[in-house]
Amino acid sequence: MYALPSAAPPAPQRQVLVGVTLAVMAAVMMTGSMLAVWALQRREAIDFAGFWLPDGVTIPEVPTNVMLLAFIGLCVFGQWAVYSAKHDDRGHTILALGCTFLVGLLVINAQAYVYTQMHLGIADGTYAAMFYAITGFFVVLMIIGLLFTTVAAFRFIGGRSADRELLTAHALYWYAMAAIYAAIWFLVYVTK
Amino acid sequence: MTTIESSPEVVAAVSNASVDADSPSWLDRFIDVFTSTDHKVIGRHYFVSGLLGLLAIVVVNVLIAIERLDGADTVLSSEVIPQLLDAQRVGLVFAVLLPLAMAMSIAFVPLQVGARSIVFPRLAFAGFWMWLGGAIVTVVALVNNGGSLGGDSDMVDLFIAGLGLTAIGLLASAGTVVTTILTTRAPGMTMRRVSPSTWSALVFNLGVVLVMPVLVGTLTYLFVDHRNARTGFGGNAGIFDWVGWIFTQPATFLFAIPAIGMLVEIFPITFGRRTPARGVMFAGLALVGVAALGAVTQQNIQNLPWAGSQLSTSNLDEKTRDLVPYLIFNGLPIIGVLLVLLVALQIARPTSGMKVKVAPPVFFAFFGFGMVLVGMLGNLLYAVDDAAVQGTVFEEASLVYVVYGAVLGAMGALVHWAPKLWGRKMHDLGATALAFLGVGATILATFPLYIAGLLDQPAGVAYDNNDLQIWNILSLIGHSLMAVTALAFVLLMITSLARRGDDVGDDPWSAQTIEWATTSPAPRDNFVDVPIIHSAEPMLDLRAAASAPTNGSES
Repeated sequence: MYALPSAAPPAPQRQVLVGVTLAVMAAVMMTGSMLAVWALQRREAIDFAGFWLPDGVTIPEVPTNVMLLAFIGLCVFGQWAVYSAKHDDRGHTILALGCTFLVGLLVINAQAYVYTQMHLGIADGTYAAMFYAITGFFVVLMIIGLLFTTVAAFRFIGGRSADRELLTAHALYWYAMAAIYAAIWFLVYVTK
Repeated sequence: MTTIESSPEVVAAVSNASVDADSPSWLDRFIDVFTSTDHKVIGRHYFVSGLLGLLAIVVVNVLIAIERLDGADTVLSSEVIPQLLDAQRVGLVFAVLLPLAMAMSIAFVPLQVGARSIVFPRLAFAGFWMWLGGAIVTVVALVNNGGSLGGDSDMVDLFIAGLGLTAIGLLASAGTVVTTILTTRAPGMTMRRVSPSTWSALVFNLGVVLVMPVLVGTLTYLFVDHRNARTGFGGNAGIFDWVGWIFTQPATFLFAIPAIGMLVEIFPITFGRRTPARGVMFAGLALVGVAALGAVTQQNIQNLPWAGSQLSTSNLDEKTRDLVPYLIFNGLPIIGVLLVLLVALQIARPTSGMKVKVAPPVFFAFFGFGMVLVGMLGNLLYAVDDAAVQGTVFEEASLVYVVYGAVLGAMGALVHWAPKLWGRKMHDLGATALAFLGVGATILATFPLYIAGLLDQPAGVAYDNNDLQIWNILSLIGHSLMAVTALAFVLLMITSLARRGDDVGDDPWSAQTIEWATTSPAPRDNFVDVPIIHSAEPMLDLRAAASAPTNGSES
C-alpha cells in the first residue's frame, strides 16, 4: 500500500457562499424561464385576441412600485449587516438583520395587497393562471429569504458573530431578489 | 463556516465509542442505511434506484417493441399504449439517465477531490429522497391514466407535480456536488489537477443547476394552468410541447457527460500513461455542456430547414442564420466528444515497451462512449429537414443510444469503483461479458430503428409497411438482451456484495487518482488524513518514486 503525505485539515472555503450563489443562479434561471414563457404567451394573445391583460383587471401600480423601492432598502440593510459584522458591531448587525426582515415582510404584505386589489380569480384564464404562478413563485422566494434572515439573525444573537460568510451570502441573496423582482416588475407590472 | 458534518476528532471519538459498544442490530443497520448522510451511501441509493429504473424501463421498451411487431394491430389496449410511450420517454431520462449520472457524481466525487464528506450532506440526502418520491408519484400517475395523453385530470396534475419534485431533488443533489468540487478539494489539487470524472461531474451538475429550474418554472405554469384555467398550454396534450426538450436531444447529451468522461478516466489506467493535453480534454467535456442551450432556449430541435430546391446557394444570409444555431446546438457537443476521443487516442497510442492492463471497466467505458457518440451523430442528421426523419422512430433510436450508452458508462463506473463502495471487486470475466452483451443489445435495440426511421416508420407503434417488420423484430431482440444485461449486472453486484473474505487491497487497478490511497471500502470520512496533492496523478507519482531506486530510472 502506498501512502500519500498528509496535510493539515483544509480551511473551510466559503461553502455557504458558493452554495447560495448556486441557489441564486437556479432562482434566476427559473424566473428567466417563466418570464420568457410569459412574454411568448403575451405576444401570442395580443396577436390572436388583441389584448393580454383581461378586461376589467387593473394592476395597482403604487404598491408594485413601492415594492421595487423596498428592495433598495433590503439590499442596503443586507450590506449594512455585512459591514457591521466586519467591524465587530454586534448590535448594528442584529439591527440591520431585523430591518431586513421587516422590509421583507412589508414586500410580502404589498404583494398580498396587489392580489386583493386586482380581483382576479386563479381560474380566470391564461393570464390569471400565469400571473399567480409567477408572483406566487416570487412570494415563495421572499419567504425563503425571510427564513434565511431569521437563521442569520439567530446565529448572531446566539453568539456566532465570527460567521461573516453567512451574512455575505445573505446579502447576495437579497441582491439577487432585487434583480428578480425588477425583471418581474418590468414585464408583468409595467409592460403588462 | 464549514458544513462538513464532523471534525476528524469527533469522528475518531465516535469510532472508538462504537468499537466498545455492542454491534448494532439488523434494524439499526437498516435504519442507518436509509438515513445516512454519507455520500457513498446516497450514491449507492442512486445507483440501485437507477438500475431498478433501468429494469423497469427496459420492460416498457420490450412491451413497445412487441407492439411494433405488427404495425396494423395492437396486443395491449389502445389506452395503455400512450401511457407506455410517455413512461418510456420520461423513464429513460428521469428514472435511468439522470439518477445513474447523479450516482457517479455523489458516490465518487468527494473521494476523488480528497474531501471528508460531501458539502451539505443533508441536502444531498433530501435531494435523493425528493427525486425518489417524485419518481414514484410520476409512476403512480402514469399507471392511473395520467401523463400527457392521460384521461384522468387529477392524475395528469399528479404527473406534472411528480416530475417537478424529481427535478427539484436532482437540483438539490447537483448543488451539493458542485459546491464540493469548488470548495473542498485537497490541498494542492488545483482545478487543472482534478480527475476527468470530477470535471465531467462539475460540467454535468452545473448543467443540472441551470437546466432544472427552467423545467420547474415551465411545470409550475403547466400545473397551475391545468389545475385551474386549462386554456393557455394545450391541456395535458400540450405538456410535451412545453417540456419535451428535457426528454430529448440535445438536452440529454448534458446528462451523458459523466459517461463520456469515463473514457478518459479509465484509459490512463489501462495504458499506464499520464493524461496529455488535459486542457483540451476539459474543453471537450465542457463543450458537450453547450447542450444546456437546449433547455435555456426551451427547444428540443434546432433544425436545418433546407430541403429539395432550397439547397441552392441563393439566400445565403438566411441559410447562415439557420446554420449557426444548428451547429451550435448539434455540432458543438460532437466537437467536444471528438476532442475527448482525440485525447483518449493520444493516451492509447502504441509505443515500444507499453504495458496494457485490460480490465472490465475499459470495455464499459469505451462502448458507452461509442454508443453516446452514435446517438449524437443520429441527432445531427435528425435535425436536417432534407433527411425527412422528423416524426419517425429515428428520434427514439437516438435517445435510446444516448441513454443505453450512458448506462454502460455508469456500469463501468460501478465495476471500477466497487472496491471503494463495498470493498470487493465484481467478477472480471462476468463484467467483461456483460460489457459486450450490453453493447450488442444497444446496437440491436437502436440501429434497426435508425433504418426504420429512414424508411419512414412513424413514431408511436403503428405503421403500414410490412417491410419494416424485420427492423422491429431486431429492436425487440436488442431490448430483450438489454433486459438480460441489466438483470445479470444486478446479480453480479449481489454476488460481489455477498462474497466474503476477498481482500482486493486499496488499489486493485494500479490507478492514478487519490481515492485509491484510502482503504477499500472507504471509511465514513473517506480519508484518515487528507493528502497533499502535487500532481494530477498522485498515485502514479508514488509508484514511480517507489520503483525509482530499484530500476534507476525516473518516469
